[in-house]
Amino acid sequence: MAQSLMNKTPGGGSTAFHDKQISMAHGAGGEASRRLVEELIRPLLANDWLNPLGDAAVLPAQSGRLAVTTDSFVVQPLRFPGGSIGELAINGTVNDLAVSGAKPIAITASLILEAGLPTEILRQEITAMAAAAGHLGLPVVAGDTKVVEHGKADGLYICTTGLGAIHPRAELRADRVCPGDRVLLSGPIGNHGMAIMLARAELDIEADIRSDTRPLAAMTEALLETCGAGVKWMRDATRGGAATVLNELARDARMTVVIDEEAVPLDDAVRGACELLGLDPLQVANEGQFVAVVREEVAAQALETLRNTPGGERACLLGEVRKGSLSRVLARASYGGVRVVDMLIGDPLPRIC
Amino acid sequence: MKYVDEFRDPALLRKALAEIRSLVEPGRTHRLMEVCGGHTHAIFRFGLKELLPPEIELIHGPGCPVCVLPMGRIDDGLELANDPECIFTAFGDMMRVPGSQGSPLESKARGADVRIVYSPLDALRIAQQNPERRVVFFAIGFETTAPSTALTLLRARELGVMNFSVFSNHVTVIPAIRAILDSPDMRLDGFIGPGHVSTVIGCRPYEFIARDYRCPIVVSGFEPADILQSIVMILRQLRAGESKVENQYGRVVPWAGNLPALKALAEVFEVRPHFEWRGLGFISQSALRIRESFAAWDAEKVMPIRGVCVADPKAAQCGEVLKGVLKPHECKLFGVECTPERPIGALMVSSEGACAAHFKYGQTRLPIVTT
Repeated sequence: MAQSLMNKTPGGGSTAFHDKQISMAHGAGGEASRRLVEELIRPLLANDWLNPLGDAAVLPAQSGRLAVTTDSFVVQPLRFPGGSIGELAINGTVNDLAVSGAKPIAITASLILEAGLPTEILRQEITAMAAAAGHLGLPVVAGDTKVVEHGKADGLYICTTGLGAIHPRAELRADRVCPGDRVLLSGPIGNHGMAIMLARAELDIEADIRSDTRPLAAMTEALLETCGAGVKWMRDATRGGAATVLNELARDARMTVVIDEEAVPLDDAVRGACELLGLDPLQVANEGQFVAVVREEVAAQALETLRNTPGGERACLLGEVRKGSLSRVLARASYGGVRVVDMLIGDPLPRIC
Repeated sequence: MKYVDEFRDPALLRKALAEIRSLVEPGRTHRLMEVCGGHTHAIFRFGLKELLPPEIELIHGPGCPVCVLPMGRIDDGLELANDPECIFTAFGDMMRVPGSQGSPLESKARGADVRIVYSPLDALRIAQQNPERRVVFFAIGFETTAPSTALTLLRARELGVMNFSVFSNHVTVIPAIRAILDSPDMRLDGFIGPGHVSTVIGCRPYEFIARDYRCPIVVSGFEPADILQSIVMILRQLRAGESKVENQYGRVVPWAGNLPALKALAEVFEVRPHFEWRGLGFISQSALRIRESFAAWDAEKVMPIRGVCVADPKAAQCGEVLKGVLKPHECKLFGVECTPERPIGALMVSSEGACAAHFKYGQTRLPIVTT
C-alpha cells in the first residue's frame, strides 16, 4: 500500500510578504527570491517535505508501481466561473494520475511569473492550489519560481508534476481493449471550455456555465476497487474534448468506437451555447470528466459504482468498442443517422452563418 | 431545446424518410442540389445521406462564401495584416483559410495583429478603442451577412470613426445559382434552397428557377426534419409535374424578405460588374462593392490593396467540387495532400465546405458487430 505522506495539514493564514507586485528581482535567486518563497509561498503550502526548502524533497520508500506525470497550465483568464489556474494546476495533474490508476501521493509546482503580476493574484492562486491539494491530503513537496519580463507570460504559468501509487489491481492499457467492451463517461461535457469562452467576454451570450474542474481520484479508485482488471483503459477529457479522447482510444486500441448521440450528458446552457455558435460539445474542453472502457460483463456494476460515488451521479454508458477496419469514432442517432466524430483540429472556431 | 428537439424527433424523421421512399421513381436518379454550405454541413452532421434511398443523389452547391473566394483576395487581405499599423479582423471561419502565403492564423502566429470578431460591429468597436491603428474588417458572406456589414458602415459614418474600413468580399447567391443552371455539365432535378440568405432576400428571387428552368426549389431549414421535409416537397412537385418555389422554412424566412435589411444594403452597396468566383470563373453582377458615398470606409480605396490574382494549385479540383461536378472524395488530393489539418483549398477548411464536411462526417457504414 502507498505510504501516505500527509500527516500534516498545510498551513494557511497571513504571511509577512509585503511587496505589492512581482518584479524581476523575485526571480533572480537572491534576497527577494528568498523572501517570496519563505514569506508567501511556503506558509501557504507548508508540509514536512517542502518546509526545509532543500534542493529536493526526500520521500519515504514506496512499495508497488509508481506513476509520474507532468502538465503545464497557461489558461486565460486566470480566474473564471467555477475555478482558477491554481485549482486547475492541481486537479489536472491529479486527474492524469487518477486515470492511470494511481492515487496521488506527492506533487511539485513550477511557477513562471510575469513581472508586474500583483501579489494578491499570486496569493490567491497559491491559496487555490493549497485548497485543492489539501482537499486530497496531497502535499506540494517541491517547487520553483522564475520571473520573466512584463509581457512574456500572461500573468502566471504553472507546471505541476505528480507522483502516484498505482492500484495493485490496475491493468490499464489500450492493447487490452477488445470488441464488445463498453465505454463509460463520468458526467456532462463542455462546461469548462464554454465557461472559458464566455469568461473571455468575447461573446454577447449570458449563461450560467461554470468550469467543471475537480479531482477524479475518488471515482477512478472506486472503479478499480469494484471492477479491478475489468477496467481496461481510462483517460480524462481535457483540451480537445471527449471526441479527442475517444479518437485516441480508437487509434491506440485499433478499434472502432461507437457512441450514442443521445447518451451524451449535456447541461442545457452548454448545449444552447454550442448550438448558437455551431460548436460540437464533444470537442469542447473539460477539466473534470473521464472516459473509461470496461469489460462488457462489469459494465452495469461500473456504472452503478460511478453513480454512487460523489460527483459521478450523471455518469452514463456512452457506447461500445467494435472491430473495424478503420480506427475511428462513430456517433449514432436514434433515428438511424450515423456520423463520424472527429478529433479537434486547431481551435474550435464559431461558424459564420 | 426549443426549435431544435422537435425537428430532430426520431418518429418524425422516420415518417419523412418513409414518405421519401414512397415518392421516388424506382430506377430513376433524382439529382438534388443543396446550394447552401450550411445544408451540406447539416446533411453530413446528421448522417442523412445514408438514410435516403439510392434514387436520391445529393449534389453540393457553391453556397459557401468562404470556399468561393479566390486565393488572391485572401492574399490581398493578409498583406494588410502584415502592416503593423493595421488590425485585421474577420469571422472565425476565415482564420484557417489558406492564401498562397498562408492563412490569417498563420500570419497571427508570425506576429500580425489578426483578431476574430463575431460581428462587424465588434470590429468597429476595436477601431474606436484603438484610434492610432487602422482596423480592416474582411467582410465575407452572401446577402446573409452583408446587411450587418451595411449597418456597421452606416454606424461608422454616423459616429465619424475614420480609422475603420471594410474589404468587401460579399457575393450574391442568385447569379451563382444561374451559373450552375447554365453550366453544360449540370443536370438537376431540384434545389434545396438556401435557408438563411432567404431571410434577407425572401423567396421571390428564386422564381426564375421554377419558371425559366422548370426546376422545383424549396427554401429549407437546417434541422434534419427541415431537410427531409424539403425533399418530400420537391419530390411531390416532381411527381405532379410541377415546378414552383416553396418555403419550408416559414418559421424564419418571410416570403418578401427583410425590407430594412434590403434597404440598408441598397444604401451602402452596389453590384460589381463582375467578380471572380473560385471554380466558377467570372460571374457578372455577382458581388457587392461599397458605394462611392462610403468611399472613406472602403478598404479598396483607402488601404494599399494590390489586387493580386492567384491561380489555384494545379492538382486541386476545388472548382469542380464547388460546381457539383465532382464529389469531394473524387478530387485527387482529397484526404491525402489535402486534409483539414493541412488544407489546400477553402472547401477543406470552412465548416461549410463540402470537403471538410465529407472528411469530418463521411463514410459511416456501421461495422458488423463481432465479439
